[in-house]
Amino acid sequence: MPEHTFTLNGEQVTVDVDGDVRLLWAIRDLLGVTGPKYGCGINVCKACTCHINGKAFNPCSVRVADVGPDDEITTIEGLPTTVGEDLHPMQQAWLDHDVAQCGYCQPGQIMAAVAKVRQARAEGHEVRDEDLDEIRNICRCGTYNRIRDAIRSGAEHM
Amino acid sequence: MNHPRSPHVEPGSGTVERRRFLGYLLAGPTLVAAAQLGVEPTRAAAAVPSVPEPSEVYDLNDLLTLAATPTSNLIAVAVHPDGTASFDMPRAESGQGITTVAAMLIAEELDLPLDRINVTLADARPELVWNQLTGGSNTTIAMYAPIRVAAAIARGRLLKAAAMKLDETVTRLTPHLGVVRAPDGRTVDYGELAEAAAGRETEQLETELKPESEFRVIGTPRNRTDALEAVTGRKKYAMDLDVADALPTMVCRPPTIKGTVGSVNNAAEVRRMPGITDVVAISTGVAVRGRTFGQCVTAIRALDVSWGPGTVDGMSDEDVLADIRKAEIPLAVPDVDPLAETVEGEFTFHFRNNAALEPQTAVADVRSDSAEVWAPLQSPILCQELVAEQLGLPVDAVTVHVEQAGGAFGRRFFSDPVIEAVEVSRKTGKRVKLMWHRVDECRQGRTHPMCTSRIRASLLGDEVLTFEQRHTSVATDYTMGFGEVITAMAGKIPPLGQGNELVYSDTIFLTTVNVPYKFGAVTQLLNEIYEYDTFPSGSNRNLVNPDVRTAQELIVDRIAAKTGKDPYRFRREFVDDERVLAVLDKVAEVGDWGREMPANTAQGITVHKEYKGAIATLVEIDCSPETVNREIRNAVTGPRVTKAVIAVDTGFAVNPRGLEAQMQGGLMDGIAQALTSSLHLRDGVFLEGSWDDYFYTRQWNAPLDVQVVVMPPTTGEPGGAGELGVPSAMASVACAYARATGTMPTSFPINHDALGFAPKPTVPPLPASPTNGLKYAY
Ligand code: FES
Ligand code: FES
Repeated sequence: MPEHTFTLNGEQVTVDVDGDVRLLWAIRDLLGVTGPKYGCGINVCKACTCHINGKAFNPCSVRVADVGPDDEITTIEGLPTTVGEDLHPMQQAWLDHDVAQCGYCQPGQIMAAVAKVRQARAEGHEVRDEDLDEIRNICRCGTYNRIRDAIRSGAEHM
Repeated sequence: MNHPRSPHVEPGSGTVERRRFLGYLLAGPTLVAAAQLGVEPTRAAAAVPSVPEPSEVYDLNDLLTLAATPTSNLIAVAVHPDGTASFDMPRAESGQGITTVAAMLIAEELDLPLDRINVTLADARPELVWNQLTGGSNTTIAMYAPIRVAAAIARGRLLKAAAMKLDETVTRLTPHLGVVRAPDGRTVDYGELAEAAAGRETEQLETELKPESEFRVIGTPRNRTDALEAVTGRKKYAMDLDVADALPTMVCRPPTIKGTVGSVNNAAEVRRMPGITDVVAISTGVAVRGRTFGQCVTAIRALDVSWGPGTVDGMSDEDVLADIRKAEIPLAVPDVDPLAETVEGEFTFHFRNNAALEPQTAVADVRSDSAEVWAPLQSPILCQELVAEQLGLPVDAVTVHVEQAGGAFGRRFFSDPVIEAVEVSRKTGKRVKLMWHRVDECRQGRTHPMCTSRIRASLLGDEVLTFEQRHTSVATDYTMGFGEVITAMAGKIPPLGQGNELVYSDTIFLTTVNVPYKFGAVTQLLNEIYEYDTFPSGSNRNLVNPDVRTAQELIVDRIAAKTGKDPYRFRREFVDDERVLAVLDKVAEVGDWGREMPANTAQGITVHKEYKGAIATLVEIDCSPETVNREIRNAVTGPRVTKAVIAVDTGFAVNPRGLEAQMQGGLMDGIAQALTSSLHLRDGVFLEGSWDDYFYTRQWNAPLDVQVVVMPPTTGEPGGAGELGVPSAMASVACAYARATGTMPTSFPINHDALGFAPKPTVPPLPASPTNGLKYAY
């Protein structure tokens, strides 16, 4: 079987599986990293949101063959080490605003939030309401308002 | 075991009478104190309005709470030598925050910091009979006294043990945050006392509970105790469990609702596909087990299955609606003054999905003489009994572990995913981790039944003389009973459906609906069509009230207009309850009711009472063309609720922050149900297949300004919260929409008629995962 190597949360990992299998399943089912959640498998719910080389993406919709040894994949589990802390400021903001309900969407929400703040800054501004309106991540428990508040406070410490 | 007496009021010698409660000290190596579920403080008879509706004298929560009374079963709080306490809760946590509430109750009575209390979810405990069902927003209502009693007994024992150890009298000792302190400053930690305080034999004890005036934890806003796990990705759901060899398993499902498997034409070929270990036909489809879920999806797409008919083949929304119309009970011609005016309305509510974000999941390990399952379950005892029956095993050979749920909303009352996982495990002789695809959940999951609600009111001058409501619905499956297989069987008593309707649907309707206004002669009736299982139906974050109350409130606005009164002033005059009046006034004040609004925008205001609580919601909606037609990729935009103010009185909020979260969530549901969320039935199948088809509220639909006011305690006893927010939110959005557009909506959600997406194929039943995800990286 073909081997695929990439960096996951700072460590080189190799999976031995058909190249067509989507990265989400390599991460969850083969490597046992379960922070990224499944909610649709077709790039809609965004529960599986992770980072690739610092950008938000959805591993349910990327073939494992399409990532390589130079690609750094970060899941929620690896987010704190990207800032060398126990918690990323966005996670801390999530705690401060008591955002989570069932919690199922929240790893994806936090990964999306971090990328959204960076994206806005790359465009030369802080996150605005219209940027937040673009976040596609579903929260079926309806925590949308607390998510917005938390993103703004998390951004202040990023 | 002795039967504990009901709590009683001590014959008072002084002026202060403290209620004493009975609990137990259990024999064991460490301190374990327990109380009986169903220990409810005797309530003073509520003031009854002159012509009470059934739900006002005896509501669903009384039914759920009293159902508990005859079972003499215990819930236990343990204190461990490491200074922590634990509680194995016989309820399901699915985001509503009940583990946090339980920890707060223990922290209060035990005087232990919250972070030293571990609340876990109990396995199915068949002896609890009624008492392990999570529904009707009943958990806090039913658990409030028993958890505190157990914790208070534990504290009493710790103090006794400390008195021995410190050679002091109990009354001179103070427990504080896990430490007992003597007047001379000596201290001893709970952990050091846990073994000494343990029971040698099980005995019954009496205790007092802290009066409200001494609360330091209960009633204060607290963050969720599982928040850190949630934000770090460490929180585990059934699908994240590491059960050895429980490989990913999915089911290839029929192209129509409840279709049947005819033959599998290429099983051997599919079994040879990469990663696949098994292909077996089961009752609901063809199961595929493999190394990854991704490979299961690919295999399911390759399967060639001949399907048999389902239960509603060929039927579409229009057909169901026509059947409902045929069954509608005529509205009575009110026998009132001929000068009275009539206001009427007829409303349609379409099918909708529970749509929890975590799909249906279950892990199963079936052996020849036993079985073990792990799943998020609102009704685990029933699940255990169904599995035992399915396998021909005694109930105690089946272990059911209740996992944290990624949302439930009524869906996880039904254990169909577990039954499937068990069937696959039995047929393959292997462990399985079964998951439903999102498409499965939309198309073969549970649905809130389509229904119509008709209202006729008559008024003369300023008085509403009559108010009739006739609700006609596709049957709701209540065979999850109230948690136990025997009651569930009553729902199936022949003729099918009738048992369900007479035993459950009517009972639930009459014990949950009301008209919270002083409207003369009020009647409300429900009738159902079809068998209980024609459609896979169920409740969906509240039972009938989002629809029933939305219909009512739209008519109330019409009546108000006829009498020349503003919607708020009219309601002020007519609400039949002081608590409802208080929340109504609060939202009008905080939300600046009646302020000048631009064209195409408007406010809506409504109330609701249920679950021993009262709520009012004021929303503002923007129906201007710029907003309605704003473009977002693959999204339904439409009118936007821009602001919401909610005032809520649950009697007593154990955790006001958690309550606020529940109200925000209920609001998002109300917005979705009024404006965007529904399933379309066409030719025997629901067309929806994902979140870009089934339009639950998204960030771009959510109001930017949401304020929740938690009212000061009124009754002093906690009411339910999980479902309370939905009816008033939905009704307010509908009323605001009517005022903004000048047209009263009569079909919900309002965008149902325009299909906003291209339906995915039904064969193969699952879409391939895209491969272009990197294109959208940001
Ligand atoms: S599972 Fe990846 S976007 Fe839904
Ligand atoms: S917290 Fe439950 S889905 Fe977002």
